[in-house]
Amino acid sequence: MSEQETHSLMILGAGVMGVGIATLGIGFGLRVTLVDVDDGKLADARRRVRQELKLAQLMGALPEDRARGELVTTVSPEDGAEATAVIEAVTELAEVKTAALARVSALVKPGTPVVTNTSSIPVDELADAVARPEDFIGTHFMNPPYLIPMVEVIRGRRTAATAEERLTAVLAALGRKSLVVADNPGFVTSRVLHPMINDAIRVVREGTAPAETVDALFEGCLGHRTGPLRTADLIGLDNLADSLRVLHQRTGDAGCEPDQLLLEKVQAGDFGRKTGRGFYEYGGISS
Amino acid sequence: MTTTEVIADRIAQFLKERTRISWEPDADIFDSGVVSSLFATELVVFLEEAFDIEIGGRDLRLDNFRTVTLMTGLVQRLREAGDE
Repeated sequence: MSEQETHSLMILGAGVMGVGIATLGIGFGLRVTLVDVDDGKLADARRRVRQELKLAQLMGALPEDRARGELVTTVSPEDGAEATAVIEAVTELAEVKTAALARVSALVKPGTPVVTNTSSIPVDELADAVARPEDFIGTHFMNPPYLIPMVEVIRGRRTAATAEERLTAVLAALGRKSLVVADNPGFVTSRVLHPMINDAIRVVREGTAPAETVDALFEGCLGHRTGPLRTADLIGLDNLADSLRVLHQRTGDAGCEPDQLLLEKVQAGDFGRKTGRGFYEYGGISS
Repeated sequence: MTTTEVIADRIAQFLKERTRISWEPDADIFDSGVVSSLFATELVVFLEEAFDIEIGGRDLRLDNFRTVTLMTGLVQRLREAGDE
């Protein structure tokens, strides 16, 4: 049996990351069960997966020699109980994540990796909610998951070595490399990147330079592929604010307190790419 | 205007609206650094909706979307295929 026939995914949450990870799975030939509480959101998710598959293919990010996997969308996590890995990608709020994880972790077979996809919440904080903390582990996929070849993996204090091995195998079947880090708020990438983006937002608010100039300096002088404000729009400004709050509450770092301009954009419903407007305009086309 | 010119004009107009730049027919929009490659997905959606075509399979290559001329050629080919 090929790797793709061996593995299948259940993904919880049909938001930006859930849809992106589903696209990656299907693009690499895995069967994906995408679960959400909202039927309307699932219908929209099917359309977005089709669109994102096109983008992934455009960018040459999918294997050409492989048939696409099947996508099942459902409001019943029971439909995905046979999956070889569960990836929870619901809203970045601990109480929302624990509720989803508690229900689903009890449905799957012991030894199935149960993964929380988070940009900042420590894995061990959520581990009490799951049926088997030894099977529980974290990932931090970047957006869009099918264009970013590396995944940050977070080993919780109670995560067993077998869970880490099994998750690494699933990620390999998805064509991703992974690196494992310890379980602290924001791990490596968000702990460093999010306060930096927050500072970039402050610089814009204080009138030092507009978003375009800040990004152009990071890209032109520092060699960053994407500047901090475009990155913020890609992360989602609502998610960024939630993630900064998580970091601020848990580290006490004043630099992580969400900037006023970020909060104003979130308040106005301008979440970045996904709503068509953030620090930049995206022509009303959500992606 | 010929059909080709109408299509090219509509595409150029969309690019101008979105990038605030007027593009020469053969200028490579992705090499310019003005747009990121993620913009390609917006182009696919725009072309499909504006010209009532479906872009799939081997046509989904970034190289088909680099210039106004290339996109015009793609649209014409898919429309002709659709008429058959």
